[in-house]
Amino acid sequence: MSMFGQVYVKNNQYKIKGNFHHMTPNQPIRNADDGWKLMGVTNPRDMTYMHSYGGEAIFFESLGKGKLMATRCDNRKCDMKGTIYQPFRIHCMSCLGKNTVIDMTKLAKKSAKIHTFMVCERSGAFSILDKPIKFINIEFDGVPTILMSYLSIGDPKIGMKVIPIFRTTNPTYTILDLSWVPVGTKETNLPEGFSF
Amino acid sequence: MIKFSERQLRVPKLARPVYLVTAGQSKFDRAMPDKRTEELCIDAFTQAAELINKTPAELKRYIHTCYYGHFADHFGDQLLGEAVIHDRLGLDPLGNAGIKTGGATGGSTLWEGMKAVASGYSDCVLAMGWERMDEVPTDEGNFLISCAADKDWESPLGHVYTGYYAVMAQKYWKVFGKEQPSFRRTLAEIAVKHRGYARFNPYAQGPMKITVEDVLNSPVVAYPLRALDCCLMSVGAACAILCDEKTAVELTKGTKNKPLRIWVAAGSHTLRPADRLHMEIPLLPNETAKQYKDLGKRFPGGERYPGFTGFLGARMAAWYGYRMAGIVDPMEDLDVIELHDAFTISDVQSYEDVGLRPYGEGRDYVESGDCYHKNPHTGKPGRLPSNLSGGLIGCLLAVGATGIMQTFESATHFWNRWAEIHGDPKIWKKFNRQKPADWTNLQVKGAKRALAISHAGVGSHVTATILMDPDHLLKEDA
Ligand SMILES: [Zn+2]
Repeated sequence: MSMFGQVYVKNNQYKIKGNFHHMTPNQPIRNADDGWKLMGVTNPRDMTYMHSYGGEAIFFESLGKGKLMATRCDNRKCDMKGTIYQPFRIHCMSCLGKNTVIDMTKLAKKSAKIHTFMVCERSGAFSILDKPIKFINIEFDGVPTILMSYLSIGDPKIGMKVIPIFRTTNPTYTILDLSWVPVGTKETNLPEGFSF
Repeated sequence: MIKFSERQLRVPKLARPVYLVTAGQSKFDRAMPDKRTEELCIDAFTQAAELINKTPAELKRYIHTCYYGHFADHFGDQLLGEAVIHDRLGLDPLGNAGIKTGGATGGSTLWEGMKAVASGYSDCVLAMGWERMDEVPTDEGNFLISCAADKDWESPLGHVYTGYYAVMAQKYWKVFGKEQPSFRRTLAEIAVKHRGYARFNPYAQGPMKITVEDVLNSPVVAYPLRALDCCLMSVGAACAILCDEKTAVELTKGTKNKPLRIWVAAGSHTLRPADRLHMEIPLLPNETAKQYKDLGKRFPGGERYPGFTGFLGARMAAWYGYRMAGIVDPMEDLDVIELHDAFTISDVQSYEDVGLRPYGEGRDYVESGDCYHKNPHTGKPGRLPSNLSGGLIGCLLAVGATGIMQTFESATHFWNRWAEIHGDPKIWKKFNRQKPADWTNLQVKGAKRALAISHAGVGSHVTATILMDPDHLLKEDA
């Protein structure tokens, strides 16, 4: 039995353990209309990548701890000074200075509102979200950008007030650890693994 | 809150005029198990040569550098596919480069080719684009397309690009469409029109004789968009040959192709719609700031620009392109147009971005009948027919080929060769497609100026390709 590829970092180098690819034999593709002559072959490939979150790691780590982090430009010479970035931007888009990391969980709980949404009946391979997927784009008071995420409970409407929920049990350490529910949803109704 | 510096708003200027002399394309289809990509590229190149009475070998002798548009390496499963095609076309050891800008790849490839000629580096270049989207089934294809969204912030959300894109359609539907059934019908009319025009195009993948009701009854993909509102996923190739004046005259001597002036301009916007910041509307030459003062009053929720309703990248491509070529009012100055109709609703959004109608009023371009070859209300020629090829909904979305196909299709009107290129029974037979009994010649008579918009996904890259008959320029020093 093979083992999932696992990685950690030591001295800023990846240390790997287990299998980072799995073998599946290739197969011929033949033409049923023409004597089963050869047309091509399949090329199976299952491979694990190692991806660095770099300066965004704190954002993804914080989701599992029930916190929504953002950044802010505090460069007093910058025309974007005071701008809160959500999505989290490591560097300010104007001055390219390093932004200050801030916790905007409270602001999100108080002011999150659906800017637009889309209920999507389809998904792609490797999706682990239930269909239909309720995509929502969320605006916050004092934040000029609009975060994309998904609604876990209820039907989205433009202008609807929502609050964030976090996958604090067995987090995936991806953007899927953040979701939203309508204001007033009871904690007992949240999807498994999620809390306010 | 986005402000441009004066230098950034400099109107681009070509160091010398650039001409489109010929172009070609392959058949487009969902899958082509019987052809390698190079075979499709050679089909396109051979057609380009034949249209100017040359053999491929003769045409190749003029080419100095090559620009290859191919978006998705992971779809074709061949890194550096450009080198494969370049070799199979027998163009080594000429310099070549690959270009990838998502759905705008075809337009960007023309952009690069144009610059090579305008700068004097080359007198004749090949711009070739293709895409291979049949090497994986649809679910896996959706996954691969979703990789073009931000991999940490968007792609894991369902691995379905429609979700990242269609939130904008929803906002437009609510704010500017006001959720009106009449607007929903107008959207359906676009799908009927593009699939209908595709019936007369032997290259097209998705011809269908359908009604507005058929569109409204097709399965919901992402409300209010239904299956028949959405573009195709295709395999195919298209190419164009761009030259300086002297070479253009030489190459087209004694042929039906008149060299056409070509300009390509480009714009961009954030990959994540989430990052869009509020700003003032960059105005096209036919607009004033005053006309948008009450936009939010007329369309509540529409005060935020570009918000989730406009494509700033498309607006900027038109902003640069129109000024470069001297276009003031696209409805007056253009005769034919090809837009990037990824979805019916994004087609409407782009009418506004490129100034066919002011922001908020895009639907009128369809409802007035202006967008048709023959205006259904008046029975007269449409004022500015759009997507006579069938567009992305009816003809193809073979990403790297699309923007070049649009330009080629537009050029056939100038050359008065639309009927020859789309009506020849030999072509229908070669592609194993049935020429419809009611096949109609969609030639736009006397076409002198055209526009093609090539657009990446949520609008990260957009190009505006402008073609003009050199005897009908709008600006002397353009
Ligand atoms: Zn800054």
